[in-house]
Amino acid sequence: MIPLSWYLIAAAALFCIGLFGVLSRKNAVSILMSVELMLNAVNINLLAFWHYHTQLQGAGQITPQVFVAMVFIVAAAEVAVGLALIISAYRRRETPVVDEMTLLKG
Amino acid sequence: MSGLQIVFLIVAVVTLFSGVMVVASRKMMHSALWLILTLLGVAILFATLQAGFFAIVQVLVYIGAISILIIFTLMLTRRVMDDEHPQVIKGWWLPAVMAVILFGLIAGFLATWEDFQVMLNELPADAENLAAFGSALVNPAGYVIPFEVASVLLLAALVGAIYIAVERKEKTR
Amino acid sequence: MSFWRDPIIFIIEWAKGLLAGIGWGPGWATIVGFVIGAFVLATGAMFFVVFLIWYERKLIGRLQDRFGPNRLGPWGLFQPIADMLKIFTKELITPSGVDWIAYNLAPILSVAAVLMMWAVTPFSKTFFGVNISVGILFLIAVGGLGEVGIILAGWGSNNKYALVGALRAVAQLCSYEVPFVISALVPVMLTGSMSLVDIVEAQNPWYILVAPAAALVFFIASVAETGRAPFDLAEAESEIVAGYNVEYSGLKFGMFFVGEFLHAFTASFIFVTVFLGGWRGPGADQIPVLGLVYFMIKTFIVYFALILFRGTNPRFRIDQMMDLNWKVLTPLSLVVIMVIALVDRLFASSADWLRTVILLAANLVILVVAERLIRRGVKTTRPEVGSRERPVASPDNLFIQPGSGAKG
Repeated sequence: MIPLSWYLIAAAALFCIGLFGVLSRKNAVSILMSVELMLNAVNINLLAFWHYHTQLQGAGQITPQVFVAMVFIVAAAEVAVGLALIISAYRRRETPVVDEMTLLKG
Repeated sequence: MSGLQIVFLIVAVVTLFSGVMVVASRKMMHSALWLILTLLGVAILFATLQAGFFAIVQVLVYIGAISILIIFTLMLTRRVMDDEHPQVIKGWWLPAVMAVILFGLIAGFLATWEDFQVMLNELPADAENLAAFGSALVNPAGYVIPFEVASVLLLAALVGAIYIAVERKEKTR
Repeated sequence: MSFWRDPIIFIIEWAKGLLAGIGWGPGWATIVGFVIGAFVLATGAMFFVVFLIWYERKLIGRLQDRFGPNRLGPWGLFQPIADMLKIFTKELITPSGVDWIAYNLAPILSVAAVLMMWAVTPFSKTFFGVNISVGILFLIAVGGLGEVGIILAGWGSNNKYALVGALRAVAQLCSYEVPFVISALVPVMLTGSMSLVDIVEAQNPWYILVAPAAALVFFIASVAETGRAPFDLAEAESEIVAGYNVEYSGLKFGMFFVGEFLHAFTASFIFVTVFLGGWRGPGADQIPVLGLVYFMIKTFIVYFALILFRGTNPRFRIDQMMDLNWKVLTPLSLVVIMVIALVDRLFASSADWLRTVILLAANLVILVVAERLIRRGVKTTRPEVGSRERPVASPDNLFIQPGSGAKG
């Protein structure tokens, strides 16, 4: 009922919005939220192709589903560790703005 | 335009609008709320793709856990960051141009694929076979190794996050 | 089907026939049917809370050796209506500096999350909202939506006590999701499907007789998930100035209040659906409305147990609650699920009744061993008070403290 192109374009748009967020936001938590947007766009893409291949080949395809599950797991792990790092860095430097965390700058 | 197409258009527009508000909001908390709306929109898109299990797992994992973690972190790191100053860096037009160019490139490249405009029809009812998915995850000839590696990754993330975030009283001072 | 056997489905089919007679297609009739059904169910649930509030107040009163409300109407039945009228007419005071969206969205999300749980449970053989293939996962997911509502309430109130209360409440809810999910996996394993309709259909002996250890863990975890006593640290009156809903007045507070009572009732009927056989009973297969009657009776029995639980136990402290979760419930639920999976697979080919008996025996062994271990881990030394010298008031030392050195 819905053309595959609509899903792919929506996913590409969400990915580019997330990319803009990662490259241009100041707050570290904002950057993490934009990374979540990118991961969700990837998930939409994967599930659209799962639907497409199941429709083509009849039997349920397992690989895209496993891939989506892996993306969920990796996203959850990355958010947990990323937020712990941000909290820890905030405690040292008293600011969540990434531009001011320049200790390693040469 | 069938009902499903109208639903998809509305949900996609809401999702993309919320995504733009996530990266453009001035107040951090509003950014987090828009993120929750975006994740909900993505869950509904999963449901229109007839991947109901993943729609519910999206709500459970992303909205029920990750969003709450993000909001907790926002509450714990608010002190110095002013909500009135602009939240984007000075040269933000360059990432915007890059994002638009990237979107154009992706869409243009995909449009040359011959199956781009394929209609996704409704799948038969047993297409999303959860039992097959579950047994493939533990099948040695299937995906048991990625599954186990993912479990180890989660364990490492758990231990690492606790270790990093625990306040080391003897070191900070 | 006749009207008497299944009144609800009869009315629905009659309404659909009416719409088809007008000329609407079956797709639109189904959508309208869903919308009206959702509206009726949600409104009915909210009106039903009036009765639940009365039931609870009378019962708590009797537990505490008093009558409970008995002035308005026979047996105080109109008391909750008076409460509702009072809450409707209170002034809605919005404190300054609140985040308008978060402050107003929070009560809506809290109630909506609970009402969504009513959409997937089977009330009788034919009367349910939808039959999602992942019903149990849906219940847990909307519990997560409720948590978002609590955080919004705490943060949007512009009040640091509300914020701390909300953070503690969400920490409690997130932690208790772990044994909740793990012990909810036991009926899923025994049934082979996550759909609630299938779980009810497959309960030949009720699952509480097959896996009582899992039922116990599930019950305790769902009481903690609803935030009811003895786990009501987050919103009790004497704790942290009533917690995350301190800045709400009038109908918004009424929404939180209603949401909490409804959540308790919802937790009862989820327990009934998953472990007590749902609508199953003698004759419920042929006469579906009898299934609804059995469901209501069982739910009220479990709700009775919840209220008894509330009225008799003192409140947990936050660290005691976390200890209970991570040191007792989570290991217990993990052991239960591993043992049940093992036993189920070892005896998969034997007769049904034999497997049930062996599962029951394994569960009882787990419960006894857990009780021994917990008893050994609990601090049992109490300060000896009986033999200490107690100050006794008598007319000659009425104003003199013992140990102060003054002489009488």
